Amino acid sequence: MSNPPHGVFAPIRHWLLLPSWLTIGFLMVSPVLIMLVYSFLTKEFRGGVIWEFTFAAYDQFFIDRGLFGDEPPQIEWTYINIFWRSTWQAGLATLLCLFIGFPTAYYIATRPASTRNIWVFLITIPYWVNLLIRTVSMKFLIRDNGPINAWLLQTGLITEPISLINTPIAVQLGLFYSYLPFMVLPLYAAIERFDFSLSEAAADLYAHRWYTLWHIIIPNIKAGIIAGCILVFIPSLGAFLAPDLLGGAKNFMIGSLIEEQFKGTAGNWPFGAAASMILLTAVLLVMMLHARNQKIDAAHQGH
Amino acid sequence: MKKTLTFLSTICLLLGAGTALSAGKLSIYHWFEYIPQELLDKFASQHDVEVTMDTFDSNEALLAALKGGKLGSYDVAVPGDYMVEILHNEGMLDTIADGELKNKGNILPQWVDVSFDPGRIHSIPYQWGSTSFTVNRDDYQGDIRTTDLIFNPPAELSGKINVLDSQGEVLALASIHLGIEQCTNDREKLKQLNELVQGAKPHWASFISDGAKDVLVSGEAAVGMIWNGFSAKARAENPSLEYSYPKEGYVVWMDNVVLLKDAPNRENALKFMDFLLEPENAAAVTNFAQYTAGVANVGDLLDPEIVASPELNPPSDAPAGQFVQVCKEETQVLYDAIWTNLKK
Repeated sequence: MSNPPHGVFAPIRHWLLLPSWLTIGFLMVSPVLIMLVYSFLTKEFRGGVIWEFTFAAYDQFFIDRGLFGDEPPQIEWTYINIFWRSTWQAGLATLLCLFIGFPTAYYIATRPASTRNIWVFLITIPYWVNLLIRTVSMKFLIRDNGPINAWLLQTGLITEPISLINTPIAVQLGLFYSYLPFMVLPLYAAIERFDFSLSEAAADLYAHRWYTLWHIIIPNIKAGIIAGCILVFIPSLGAFLAPDLLGGAKNFMIGSLIEEQFKGTAGNWPFGAAASMILLTAVLLVMMLHARNQKIDAAHQGH
Repeated sequence: MKKTLTFLSTICLLLGAGTALSAGKLSIYHWFEYIPQELLDKFASQHDVEVTMDTFDSNEALLAALKGGKLGSYDVAVPGDYMVEILHNEGMLDTIADGELKNKGNILPQWVDVSFDPGRIHSIPYQWGSTSFTVNRDDYQGDIRTTDLIFNPPAELSGKINVLDSQGEVLALASIHLGIEQCTNDREKLKQLNELVQGAKPHWASFISDGAKDVLVSGEAAVGMIWNGFSAKARAENPSLEYSYPKEGYVVWMDNVVLLKDAPNRENALKFMDFLLEPENAAAVTNFAQYTAGVANVGDLLDPEIVASPELNPPSDAPAGQFVQVCKEETQVLYDAIWTNLKK
């Protein structure tokens, strides 16, 4: 890095990055800035904003003044509970994906190099189909008179159909299934790069299998685990297809709450923007905490 | 449908013949699955116009799209009754001058002076129908002509009820159940409404609109809120389904074709409205969507089975249905709060 740039592109090197910077600026930074500004504006009836500064959207999110707005202010739990429910569902989906994804990725990575691509290919096949179609198919599979219940009834394992559809378990199943490959693929990439002579060495030194897993393999593929968890957790947090189609849209999740503000009867754009900003802030805080921990780890290891 | 049209127009562009093929354009913003493709083709060839159509799935989505900058890119849209009034209040509708529509006289008299567009100066009727609920007679043999089945159901139906994911229609039907007026400011009545839906929710399995037919046909729901024409289609697939006209009342609605402000092809928009007012074409829509046209002299052109269907013919003792009303801002906020509270 300390060497001066050389080659034919040296003089225009920074300019070559311009398309990337413009893309990031226009497509990532500016929408967030618009949302930030909108969240502090006054709502216009039935959608739109009035250019007057106010904290009303944040007030609505955190403060409860009763149905008619004249009771003494209390903490508003409605939206915090919606956020909590979404976070909990997304966290559980991440754990499930990790639990199933890790052995899968490990298995693929330990196959002969010539067959690995076929396994990865097999994992991705269902994901060529649109997410909406896959979620609807899942609904057909698990409903009371769907094939899974029909089969279980026929084999005599159950006498009453298992009611899964329109429950949080169905939502969980949908989230887990939708995002599983986002866990498997980064884990596979990490495990494939892992030098298995290290685990052989551990075995030679009488390390127990579990000890090898915890102290040799997992620390080495940590980056892959974290990448997989982030890739599953973040989209699960904002998901609204699975809650709507499999959960029967009975309860708002973060995604459907925000969607309702822009597309629903409420038409409260500043509140939708404020809810998005609060979500973004919460996710950023978690990421920064993680980045700080990594720095501390790195410092401990003397890098 | 949209894809086919986009595909066709892409091909036209590729051939460099887009302008040579048709004299003008028409851009429609419509509900999903609500107009037969043959009718669009017929209009396109009759008037040598290239027709494109986008679709939406709720009145509120239509409003959001127009507010979000789509006004000026469509010529006509098809909002429901109360949304016509809202779009007008938002200044999004153009005025149809006297004599601009040749076939305006074809509108049935009772649909001319409607509350949401008196004198029909921004809109023409498209189709109308009712919103109530349908019961699977295999699951329930008792009296179905009461809104109790949704809001105070017998034990055997608990947990087998689907309601529409639509604030306006659910809260309107709940108000009809309680016998209170819509858009009320009365605290006691609003508290009653809030308690009614809160108490009913544990009995409800889901809030599904676009799959309202499917949950009934498949047997996933024993009772489901639904629109009458959609229920007729459901009955065709599952004969044990029966649409209810409750004694307490039900919701009626009318979808309308409106002339949008800043329409890029105003002339063609008016031609299209005239086209839809011709009995033959209005009947074609009814035969496809199974609702009721607001145009005179369609009777002989309709499929006799649709004319006689129980979904389109309320029993003689059924009360008149109620339109969903447009509330003032300070009242609407309260209804929004009740709905959010219900789905929190």
